[in-house]
Amino acid sequence: MTTVADKRPDLRDAAAKAGRSDRARSEARLGWLLAGPAFIVMLAVTLYPILQAFYDSLFNFRLTAPDDRSFTGLNNYAVVLSDPLFWQALGVTVFITVVTVVIELLLGFALALVMHRAITQLRGLLRTAILVPYGIITVVSAFAWFYAFDINSGYVNHWFAWVPGISTDLNWFAQQGTSLFVIIMSEIWKTTPFISLLLLAGLSQVPTELEEAAEVDGATWWQRLTRVVLPNMKAAIMVAVLFRALDAFRIFDNVFIMTNGANGTEVLSLLAYRTSIGRLEIGLGSAISVLLFLCVILICWVAVKLFKVDLAGGARGAG
Amino acid sequence: MLTWYINPDDGGQAEIAKQCTEAANGEYVIEVSVLPRDASAQREQLARRLAAKDSSIDIMSLDPPFVPEMAEPGFLAPVPDDVAQRVTENVVAGALAGATWDDKLVSVPFWANTQLLWYRKSVAAAAGLDPAKAPVTWDQIMTASQDQDKYLAVQGTKAESLTVWINALVASAGGSILENPEAPADELTLGLESPAGEAAATIIGTIGKENLGGPALPTEDEGASLSIFQGDKGSFMVNWPFVWSATKAGVEDGTFEQALLDDVGWALYPQVTEGQPSAPPYGGINLGIGAFSNYVDLSYKAAECIVTPEHQAQYFATNGNPPSNTEAYDDPAVTEAFPMADVIRESLELAVPRPQTPYYNEVSTGLQQTWHPPSAVDPATTPTESTDLITAVLRGEQLL
Repeated sequence: MTTVADKRPDLRDAAAKAGRSDRARSEARLGWLLAGPAFIVMLAVTLYPILQAFYDSLFNFRLTAPDDRSFTGLNNYAVVLSDPLFWQALGVTVFITVVTVVIELLLGFALALVMHRAITQLRGLLRTAILVPYGIITVVSAFAWFYAFDINSGYVNHWFAWVPGISTDLNWFAQQGTSLFVIIMSEIWKTTPFISLLLLAGLSQVPTELEEAAEVDGATWWQRLTRVVLPNMKAAIMVAVLFRALDAFRIFDNVFIMTNGANGTEVLSLLAYRTSIGRLEIGLGSAISVLLFLCVILICWVAVKLFKVDLAGGARGAG
Repeated sequence: MLTWYINPDDGGQAEIAKQCTEAANGEYVIEVSVLPRDASAQREQLARRLAAKDSSIDIMSLDPPFVPEMAEPGFLAPVPDDVAQRVTENVVAGALAGATWDDKLVSVPFWANTQLLWYRKSVAAAAGLDPAKAPVTWDQIMTASQDQDKYLAVQGTKAESLTVWINALVASAGGSILENPEAPADELTLGLESPAGEAAATIIGTIGKENLGGPALPTEDEGASLSIFQGDKGSFMVNWPFVWSATKAGVEDGTFEQALLDDVGWALYPQVTEGQPSAPPYGGINLGIGAFSNYVDLSYKAAECIVTPEHQAQYFATNGNPPSNTEAYDDPAVTEAFPMADVIRESLELAVPRPQTPYYNEVSTGLQQTWHPPSAVDPATTPTESTDLITAVLRGEQLL
């Protein structure tokens, strides 16, 4: 919403640069007046902490030894980037992000199609049913999945003992592979509704005439999907992928609850948390947070380049 | 108005707060405020607030390993000499050590915890052991549970309980995790590359590799240990005394048969070397007084009221947390609720605290990183690995 409010006057502004009328000017001013307060709040709650974290990351600073604080330049970054633990955490984070986003995109699209095509009476019920997991707090769902798979109290091992490889003696949270499997499953279960809802919004933007025209021209179902529907909802797909990728990259709750980073399941957010909050090493922890932030920026940049969509333009088109 | 930050319990601390408020005749009112369930989360919250000089923290229930970290930067108000003298009278050795930093008493001992060896009498008898008569060794209980095709219940999960186990094993073998716990971070030397460290690694590694703890071992905490011990595969377990009240409650509400409770025996923590007394784990809660509190004197007065032997006995009988004051063990309510009270007291005299250093969190987490999972622990490499990691982390050269 803010993007629309922010950008619209900007674009108009740019277009009107050649010959600015009074009206254009006052509209631009109104735009700033409307968006300005939100913009200032955004700066206060996002830009300030980011700059503070960067500043802190240049110091050797432990919360329980405030007097020993000393400037160390980029040394914290050198420590972090030369540590295999950081790269392992980054690898696990990227793995979880890629796997969950790909599966959720496919699954979410299928669900969106079902919701889109469902007969009107069922649509409301279906949407509610699909949205339920997304309404559950992540920590709660993490505990639910943890207890379901737990070797002592879980029921999964008993229900699925007939599946090869699963027995009542399988400790899901004792190895990397099985731990990651449960973590990823829980993520997918919880956030697929979010993706499918965004995709559903995109689907409903596709003009039915285009699809009908393609059908008249003899296009198969697959051709209509890949040539007509998907290209017309590129902006929605990008928003879905981008939001979910950023979300997945910052994964914390599931790992924290289920393994707390044991068996090679450490992720970047958890590493930053354990360093800043657990060890109270504000400097080192801030360095990890800044690197995490840079990764997030990189993801945004790649997504925007990859989809070649102007987010503001896309939002305008959708709005 | 004094605020007492407490760890979650069964309401015992709130009850004591009420009684002390009444006894104070309006001089002060103690209000309790509950901290997170997890000990490390309690530490995080208190450390962050104290670093910001929070004046609302008057009294806090502190886990002993974190006392030095709070004491070193001056987060705890100094204990007045007369108070120190009164609150250390008749206090068990382990609890005194845990309340001290840099040879000074910095917190008030409240209750003291220790682990015992719990065993199923039927299994021990079948294996020809009687731990109540003569102390047993780790080798004996490992062999016995293997011969009887049962699981040994120990805490192998990657958490504080693993450090508790490692520390007890190293100390029982006559060693110590830190050789100079009071040194600054970059001068700390570890004592793991020693016969004691190797002995500890041998025990944990063998239990892990030979599956003596069962498949749950890598994620097994104190609660999970208890479930295994209560189950068909239960044999021997090292755990805190809460297991007794929990099992008793389970029998009362019909989850377990009385026969299970009758089958439970207890003894001192197992020895590593035969004939050398064991060094059982030490835990519990001390009371720290916030250095930024506006009512330090009143807080110490309130703390003295909280830790009276009567309150400690009442807390033990109702909440299952053993007293640090030996006098409290003579209370008839105590012996009725905990028939093993004498063994607990004896164990507390032998108990050895975890390393007393302001960098405890680094040491403990470093151990957990390198000694987990138990099946990967190797006496030839693990002590060296953990020494290298912890040393590098303390020098700021590596992440944890």
